[in-house]
Amino acid sequence: MKKKEEEIIENQEIEIRLLIEAIFLKYGYDFRNYSQAHVKRRILNRFQTSGLDSISEMTHRAIYDTDFVDQILMDLSITVTEMFRDPSFYKALRQSVLPVLRSYPFVKVWHAGCASGEEVYSMAIMLKEEGLLHKTQIYATDFNPLIIRHAKKAEYPISRIKEFTFSYQKAGGKRSFSDYYTADDEKAKLNENLRKNIVFANHNLVTDSVFAEINLIVCRNVLIYFDRQLQDKVIRLFLESLPGGGFLCLGSKENLQFSNYFHAFEPVVDQERIYIKKYSS
Amino acid sequence: MVGAKKKYQAVVIGSSAGGLNALKTIFETLDKRFPLPLIIVQHMSPDADNYLPLFLNNMKKIKVKEADEKELPQPGIAYVAPPNYHLLIEHDKTFSLTVGERVNYARPSIDVLFETAAEAYGEGLIGIILTGANNDGTVGLKKIKELGGMAVIQDPEEAEADLMPRSALEAVKPNHVLKLKEIANLLNTLI
Repeated sequence: MKKKEEEIIENQEIEIRLLIEAIFLKYGYDFRNYSQAHVKRRILNRFQTSGLDSISEMTHRAIYDTDFVDQILMDLSITVTEMFRDPSFYKALRQSVLPVLRSYPFVKVWHAGCASGEEVYSMAIMLKEEGLLHKTQIYATDFNPLIIRHAKKAEYPISRIKEFTFSYQKAGGKRSFSDYYTADDEKAKLNENLRKNIVFANHNLVTDSVFAEINLIVCRNVLIYFDRQLQDKVIRLFLESLPGGGFLCLGSKENLQFSNYFHAFEPVVDQERIYIKKYSS
Repeated sequence: MVGAKKKYQAVVIGSSAGGLNALKTIFETLDKRFPLPLIIVQHMSPDADNYLPLFLNNMKKIKVKEADEKELPQPGIAYVAPPNYHLLIEHDKTFSLTVGERVNYARPSIDVLFETAAEAYGEGLIGIILTGANNDGTVGLKKIKELGGMAVIQDPEEAEADLMPRSALEAVKPNHVLKLKEIANLLNTLI
């Protein structure tokens, strides 16, 4: 590599690490074990639109300007999601997990990293169709309070409804998707009865701990952003939150194969990354 | 043709419209003994299944698989970015997958792979832009060249869709502009 370019990259990376460290020291949000390539891309995007002269200036501003930090938190949040993302996963959940939960007197579901809520409401719709919603408590958590505010509203652009409807049908939806929302020209608002059993709360997988015993944990496309060490820490947190026989659902490109806790779980639907915690562990 | 072949550590390929045929043509000529990791972003529908690795594996050349997160690319294996995920290369050369916003309307995006690979491999990287109907990959190829890697562009005259190679040609002075068979032959000189 050419020396000059090498040095520019090295300096940039030092500056980014200092920014991440400052955000942790000042606000407690810990991105130190996130995928570095991902963090770098997002920080550089923000830098380009910030009008500032250097990443070090971003650090200074992040310490003194909470609005600016909110922007960076949004950049580092995983905000891209959709209803019934990966329809085959929801289909498998309906076939292999919900029948087990039906036998329980009361069900607790934890959606970790719920972002703007689309996948949580997808879960609520399925639980409703399977006659489980009335006896289920859903905890929907995210580290970012701004995005939780958005999730609570349960409003999505009308332009996305076509795609959501298509995925709902592919996921084995039993009704007409339009039964679940009211629409105006701009947005669709999901029905109140889907929302009433959902508690939205701030929870940071990196720094917070167990808060309840959970029957089904859904955490999809969150772990891919973490390094191995942090992945293991979070999987341990899930392990401690689940009783024997509790379910863990990960994203379609995430798996437990390389985790230290691999042997504490066994696959229920391997292809869809649905696991159960073994009774013996 | 490549010279100092020990220098190169990995090859990245970006393709879009017409890419399946183009990759097929390259794989037909590619030698089974090809010794580097070959990392591919081909634009495809978000709900595509994993037919691309199956398709290329059926050609019985080098082994082809979907890139897994945290996987360290191995010599002589081709990796394909999964549909609907960006594929990034970390400094330690391992793969990261993300579901971030589309870049150039694409996820996976060629620029995202090329830019991160350029930083990870520096002058040890060969970047190849093939057929396509948008300008994804141009920024990434430019970065590969800037960081000392080799830039190769498919001859637009041959490309099924020439917009992507032309866009790259406008922004980057490539080391080679080649037809698909010649690209495969170039790769074979790395053995």
